[in-house]
Amino acid sequence: MSRMSDFLSDVKKRREELKAKRPSSFGDVKTSVQDNVIWKSIFRPGSIYRKGYRDTSRDRALAAMNNVLYHLHPVKVKRHGLKLTYTYCLGGLSFFLFILLTITGIFLMFFYRPTAGAGSELAYLDMRNLSASVTFGHLVRNMHRWGAHLMVFTVFLHMARVFYHGAYKPPREFNWVVGVILLTLTLLLSFTGYLLPWDQLAIWAVTVGTEMMGFTPVFGKQVQFVLLGGVEIGPNTLLRWYVLHVLFVPFVTVIFLAVHFWRIRKDGGISGPL
Amino acid sequence: MSEEVQIDQEVYDRLIAEGKSERIARAKAKAASVRKGKVAAGQELGPKSPEENQQALAAFRERSGGGAATAGAGGGAATATKEVPASRLSPEERAARVSASLGGNGNGGSIGVPASSAHTHRLLALVPPAGIQQVQSKQQDKVYTWPHLLIVEFVALLAMTAVVLVTSFFLDAPLGALANPNLTPNPSKAPWYFLGLQELLRYFHPMVAGVTIPGVGLIVLGAAAYVDKNPSAKPENRKFANMAMTFFLVMWTVFVFAGSFFRGPGFNWVWPWVDGLFFEL
Ligand code: HEM
Repeated sequence: MSRMSDFLSDVKKRREELKAKRPSSFGDVKTSVQDNVIWKSIFRPGSIYRKGYRDTSRDRALAAMNNVLYHLHPVKVKRHGLKLTYTYCLGGLSFFLFILLTITGIFLMFFYRPTAGAGSELAYLDMRNLSASVTFGHLVRNMHRWGAHLMVFTVFLHMARVFYHGAYKPPREFNWVVGVILLTLTLLLSFTGYLLPWDQLAIWAVTVGTEMMGFTPVFGKQVQFVLLGGVEIGPNTLLRWYVLHVLFVPFVTVIFLAVHFWRIRKDGGISGPL
Repeated sequence: MSEEVQIDQEVYDRLIAEGKSERIARAKAKAASVRKGKVAAGQELGPKSPEENQQALAAFRERSGGGAATAGAGGGAATATKEVPASRLSPEERAARVSASLGGNGNGGSIGVPASSAHTHRLLALVPPAGIQQVQSKQQDKVYTWPHLLIVEFVALLAMTAVVLVTSFFLDAPLGALANPNLTPNPSKAPWYFLGLQELLRYFHPMVAGVTIPGVGLIVLGAAAYVDKNPSAKPENRKFANMAMTFFLVMWTVFVFAGSFFRGPGFNWVWPWVDGLFFEL
């Protein structure tokens, strides 16, 4: 019997305690959310979301070191590199557009089937439906399209800025080569995507492009056959370019981007000052 | 052993005067003072000759009375079968020597490896100078990535999002009629970034315009970083490089513009303000 009453009084006491502890303001809620094992296991020391972040040199350093994304950066960067007129953010914007295109592209994939041919023009119909009846479908398609054109443009400008700063000079020669590969990949990404709406604009632009490649010395016809999945543009081409566009080229691009970013740091960070 | 090695002030001052870094000068001055101490104690410097090595070995064997050979009884059995040339220490002898030099404290006197073990050597790396990363970092004017850089990046990200969103809100991506392989539109144009090449098709054989020029162009572009041997990044020192690049960029832009806006039906020349635009993104 006494055991039972002990237990009950324990429970009561615990309840009182909890009541006393119950958060009463936003600050208390914040503290109790931040002050537990799970939160602390996610946000490593130096995270601004962790309890007790202070604006000290130590925590500023940890903020960059202990975050998977910020960790692309060194803890400290050259002051001149921050000036907008040094990089114009062009490399960063190219990368950001790549991310934006990945996100909008995944959205589009939910509503698109790469099928063409008499009686089953799904690709084209899906594009129509996307605009007509998918919530935000029209907007997201526009973003994907304009983002893609913009990325070709920013990558191009990034290359020009790197050139005019002589930022390709030793030890950065190889990263310049990686950059040229990235430029090629960016063009390929854009060009393979161009076919997917399967309208007149798409197939004739691609016809013109692949005809040029058909003039490759010696292997011309083979190159064209592989690219088109046949002697002329058709449903096979669409499937082929779809896979290239959503998987193969992005995959290769991500690898080269990783090398590109890694080399920036290994080559001693951003070049300059001039 | 643990007492701080004195610095040979004279050597230190000389090295500093020669412009050596403080770190190097300190290390060399320490080494000099150690060397001096050895000479003063009558020790010889530098590596021993083979004969001296043999003598030292014999002396050591004498001192340990041959007992060293049977020292590590445990591991000895396994290694005793191995032939060790007489001019070298057997593993047991080596262990005994290490143990002796460490004053034979409880754990067999060896560091990390039990004296009785057959593995009496520790792996210390010999690193060729070329294998060492030479870090010659000067003090630089640097700021913390967080918050300085990350905030700039975040603002750039927001601005770019705004640009893409607003553009997408007001401008629609084209979607023409269903693809029809039998109905060639006039003109048929490639995407804008290839229109420079398509423009070149008017002047060159397709193999030149469509394959050779872009292929060679990309290779030359990549090779430029190796061809340009001028170490300076200052614009005033690289007038030629900048002029050459500007020439190609302008030329390329002109071709893209020509192909985009000045080519109409049959890819013939048109004036956009007279005949209208034949261009789609
Ligand atoms: C997908 C395309 C690309 C992305 C996302 C990208 C991204 C970046 C980023 C974020 C930087 C840091 C500095 C800055 O923002 O300017 C950078 C630097 C650099 N990029 Fe790119 N890049 C791309 C294409 C290229 C191209 C086409 C080239 C040249 C042909 C190139 C050559 C370089 C070089 C040499 C640096 C080092 C510059 C320096 O240290 O000042 N990159 N890139």
